[in-house]
Amino acid sequence: MTQPASPPRDRTDKVPPTAEPPVWRTLAAHADVRTLSLLGVLAALVVIGGITKPDEFLDTRNLQLVLTQGSVIGVVTVGMTFVITSGGIDLSVGAIVALSSVWATTVATQEYGFAGILFTAVLVGLGCGLVNGLLIAYGGMVPFIATLAMLASARGLALQITDGKTQIVSVEGVLKLGERDAYVLGIPPLVLVFAVVTVIGWLILNRTTFGRRTVAVGGNAEAARLAGIDVRRQRLYLYLLSGLCCGIAAFLLIILSGSGQNTNGNLYELDAIAAAIIGGTLLTGGRGTITGSVLGVLIFTTITNIFALNNLQSDVQQIAKGAIIVAAVLVQRRTASTT
Amino acid sequence: MAPEPPLLTMSGITKSFPGVRALDGVDLDVQAGEVHCLLGQNGAGKSTLIKVLAGAHQPDGGTISWRGEPVVLRSPIAAMRLGIATIYQELDLVEGLSVAENVHLGHEPTAAGFVVRGKAAKKSTAALLKRLGHAEIDPGRLVGDLSAAQQQIVSMARALSHDVRLIVMDEPSAALDPDEVDNLFRIVGDVTADGVAVVYISHRLEEIRRIGDRVTVLKDGRAVAGGLPAKSTPTREVVALMTGRNVEYVFPRRPAAPAPAEPVMRVQGLARAGEFASFDLDLRPGEIVGLAGLVGSGRSEILETIYGARKPSVGQVTVEGRPLRPGSVRAAVRAGLGLAPEERKAQALLMLESVTRNVSVSSMSRFSRGGWMDRGAERRAALAATRELSLRPDNPAVPVRTLSGGNQQKAVLARWLLRGCKVLLLDEPTRGVDVGARAELYAVIRRLADEGLAVLLVSSEVPEVLGLADRVLVLREGRVVHTAPARELDEHRVLDLVMEGTS
Repeated sequence: MTQPASPPRDRTDKVPPTAEPPVWRTLAAHADVRTLSLLGVLAALVVIGGITKPDEFLDTRNLQLVLTQGSVIGVVTVGMTFVITSGGIDLSVGAIVALSSVWATTVATQEYGFAGILFTAVLVGLGCGLVNGLLIAYGGMVPFIATLAMLASARGLALQITDGKTQIVSVEGVLKLGERDAYVLGIPPLVLVFAVVTVIGWLILNRTTFGRRTVAVGGNAEAARLAGIDVRRQRLYLYLLSGLCCGIAAFLLIILSGSGQNTNGNLYELDAIAAAIIGGTLLTGGRGTITGSVLGVLIFTTITNIFALNNLQSDVQQIAKGAIIVAAVLVQRRTASTT
Repeated sequence: MAPEPPLLTMSGITKSFPGVRALDGVDLDVQAGEVHCLLGQNGAGKSTLIKVLAGAHQPDGGTISWRGEPVVLRSPIAAMRLGIATIYQELDLVEGLSVAENVHLGHEPTAAGFVVRGKAAKKSTAALLKRLGHAEIDPGRLVGDLSAAQQQIVSMARALSHDVRLIVMDEPSAALDPDEVDNLFRIVGDVTADGVAVVYISHRLEEIRRIGDRVTVLKDGRAVAGGLPAKSTPTREVVALMTGRNVEYVFPRRPAAPAPAEPVMRVQGLARAGEFASFDLDLRPGEIVGLAGLVGSGRSEILETIYGARKPSVGQVTVEGRPLRPGSVRAAVRAGLGLAPEERKAQALLMLESVTRNVSVSSMSRFSRGGWMDRGAERRAALAATRELSLRPDNPAVPVRTLSGGNQQKAVLARWLLRGCKVLLLDEPTRGVDVGARAELYAVIRRLADEGLAVLLVSSEVPEVLGLADRVLVLREGRVVHTAPARELDEHRVLDLVMEGTS
């Protein structure tokens, strides 16, 4: 192999090959193999980006952009991870993001300024989540169908509100956060929100009774019920949580684009599900990992960025994403069967 | 017997899984026309061995001969082609297909190579069912609509629809009532008379006495005894071989006289239309009450209705004087009820989770403040609860799926122990639990009762009810037909009561 001279590869080259197995073994003993393999994929992508476009890709601004772009879908994915862990699915996330973003940017809402936009976005998200949750938990509908119906209606409503037009945001505070060099606590605001949502999501899933109940319902709903868990209420809360995440994501998208559009969040449901699944969350429920989901999001966003930098069309990106999903799940099946 | 080569010879079979040596040089030989019983505790390697025989697992070492010729069973299809059929414990039928379609799955009679000849399939299926003594099963019915016993017959018909020389049956009687077991044995007798060999796996020694010709005992992945005479080998010897120690089927001693006390739970006039009628019960602390009855007598339904998992048509359950909200599991759990359900894996356990989390799942509020789990306290409490029941391994961090049946049951009991429940409802507590571990479970249940717990026990094994309970309620067709202290009953009397008028 040739040795191009860019910083990240220098670092990897310094590790002598003979020293690798023990390093990996000790790491693997203390960390999840899946998380490590995802980190490996991400590292490989960074190397690829560094090789193909050393100057553009590794530019701080570009890396910031990757993280910022990942933040919107990332917040949605955190909510999705909870729903999938509980054995459910939420196909309506993209549509909820669209509806929240347009409802929060109507002329009437914008009169209430920053708080009005934020409040509306979150409330619309929660409202849609409530409807999903009630239909599924108490109406006995299959999550796939209930959220599919929500997908259709929320998109329709979003189109009705906007009449297909882009709603430009004129609220100063919102636009300011969307500027290229806006920082909160030294971090781009969207990335900060994503980080906070991730940490809170991780804590809820791993350290609270809510997280335990989520896993229990997904692992064996009947056993959870007979153990005294209120399965229906838990399901309702989970779709509310997903709706909340969509509302937050919608607000981030408004900041990012300075507008609200009914086409926002297109196919977010598929990206979020894909990120959660390659992260290691079981589609059948009972096991979920926020860390994995976030890594999944970062992997997808990095790929998109590298492809864009290399002027490759989105069709090629889609094919690559599909291949990665297949590869990740196949690798996970293999590691699962050998451990 | 005949000096011809055995139908099947397996020698020195080894098979390892990561971290486990499941088979460590097992020998087994099976003669045509015999019933060869395979005994062993859970984890002894029975399942792995039959999966090797079915072609589902590839052995790491050893040889298999079929009618004297060495063979390699590369896949289940290869095994089937030789004439080996396996009826697994968890029946592998497609519920959405008809009986005939299931029987002929994978080898449908066809016209032009792909058009299924439905009538021919139904006709041959009807003939098979008739041979099995179950002509009443309609080949056109959906398998999902059949009872467990009927599904087993369908499984058997499927095995016989091939040109079968050897049938492996993994605990076929586990889900069957006594009369159905009789029919099963008749079928086994029929097919062996035709020269077909049967490898029969069961936990029940008395069954092996009844139909077995020879017994091979497995322990820790080895055959500790091969080809013992099934009828004449003393039980003590068989149990000793299985467990490595001399264990009888022992029940703990009852306390001299149950102390008179106020009932902790009262059930009054509880009924569910079509399932059971007007069930009354006073359950006192320290008392074990047993419900004896056949499958379908309403015993599990009664337990689940008391627990709130089913809504009663009429009637009331009171715990410590306070009536429970009908049809609410949460109300029952809050009032101090705990259920160890019949289907442990499907109804009680979170199979992907650790023992700790399975034990703490009903007491999470005790280890949390504002929803925040105190994992240290949780771990310590789960460890204490599992230690109290001597759950093995002594490490609640391991996944619950790695435990044996008996220890999984202990994990369920530990859940309620930790919750501090007052009334324990046990539905078939020893199903799938091997002989050695049963005695231990009995002792645990009795000890919990001695410590003041009230226990309501359902079991299809009459000796278990008689040996463990203080008082027995005999159920028939949803009604209590007899109530008596356990010491005044014997197995024959209970069976008479249970069967009376049904035969």
